[in-house]
Amino acid sequence: MRDALSVGLAVGISGLAFGAAAVAAGLTVPQACALSLLAFTGASQFALIGVIGGGGNLVSGALGAVLLGGRNALYGLRLAGLLRVRGARRLAAAQVVIDETTAVATAQPGRDGARIGFAVTAITLYLTWNLTTLIGALGATGLGDPEAFGLDVLGPAAFLALLWPRLTAGRTEARVAAGAAVIAVGTTPLLPAGVPVMLAATAALIAIFLPGRRAAPGAVSDGFDGSDGSDGSDGKERS
Amino acid sequence: MSGVWTAILATAAGCYLLKLGGLVTPQRVLEDPRVHRFTDLVPVALLTALIAVQALAPEDRTLELDGPRLAGLAAAVAALLLRAPFLVVLVTGAAAAAGLRLLI
Repeated sequence: MRDALSVGLAVGISGLAFGAAAVAAGLTVPQACALSLLAFTGASQFALIGVIGGGGNLVSGALGAVLLGGRNALYGLRLAGLLRVRGARRLAAAQVVIDETTAVATAQPGRDGARIGFAVTAITLYLTWNLTTLIGALGATGLGDPEAFGLDVLGPAAFLALLWPRLTAGRTEARVAAGAAVIAVGTTPLLPAGVPVMLAATAALIAIFLPGRRAAPGAVSDGFDGSDGSDGSDGKERS
Repeated sequence: MSGVWTAILATAAGCYLLKLGGLVTPQRVLEDPRVHRFTDLVPVALLTALIAVQALAPEDRTLELDGPRLAGLAAAVAALLLRAPFLVVLVTGAAAAAGLRLLI
């Protein structure tokens, strides 16, 4: 429950950022709100407004945004057995199958905890995300630079905190995580946005075919060459 | 402007169908222990990948080593190692990044 509320807070802040960014990209306030109400998956929304703001092709923009939402299908596969929802409730639950609800639900012990965690996170996030989108869109100019407040750390820190118990619990999990990070970062400069994160699912695929006796943390990414791994960035700063 | 509305509605529809697709996949598929194990590990893989990408390439496909952001995440890890509560972890991470940006 506390997880859910804390995640809600972090997401609320990115909702402000999304609303402001959407208007800055040229969307109207109703368009920004419609996107949050109907698409309700932050990364895809940011991707679409990025394309609109950059004057890019709308068809490929929409396709890229949908692709970015592909991981929600994999989350749904995992959550279906935990939530056991049917009929109209399943249609409603589908809309809120996203990173945060999955992270909270799978971090709870037991099915009841998972169901409650999912429901509380979903309701908190849906209300917060849409309300803060509206506020951000209306107040687009007065917000200042979110990075000055370290707000860009909130998203990854929240996911890290939610994953932490699983990362430290088993060696397989830690290996999958390390492999996934290498795959995603290594392929980021090469592939369209959203694809590297999807591709990182192969770390989980490789793990189930490897018996758990290898010690090297890099074992998971063996046989996956696409990444030469280096974070060799140019250190370009944006502010 | 109607093009933007079309793109918004198409994105929303596509995203919804993907979310629903996972939920309605027959659970028989999960009876194979390896498939079950895979779906169990998938959130770990995807969320870690998301953390890595958000930390190193938050805005576009260019990797950037942003000192304050990475320091903020390191501070969050330190807080986790000290078993700090969730909110404290977030505040520690954000405050470390913000503080460093003030100094630089």
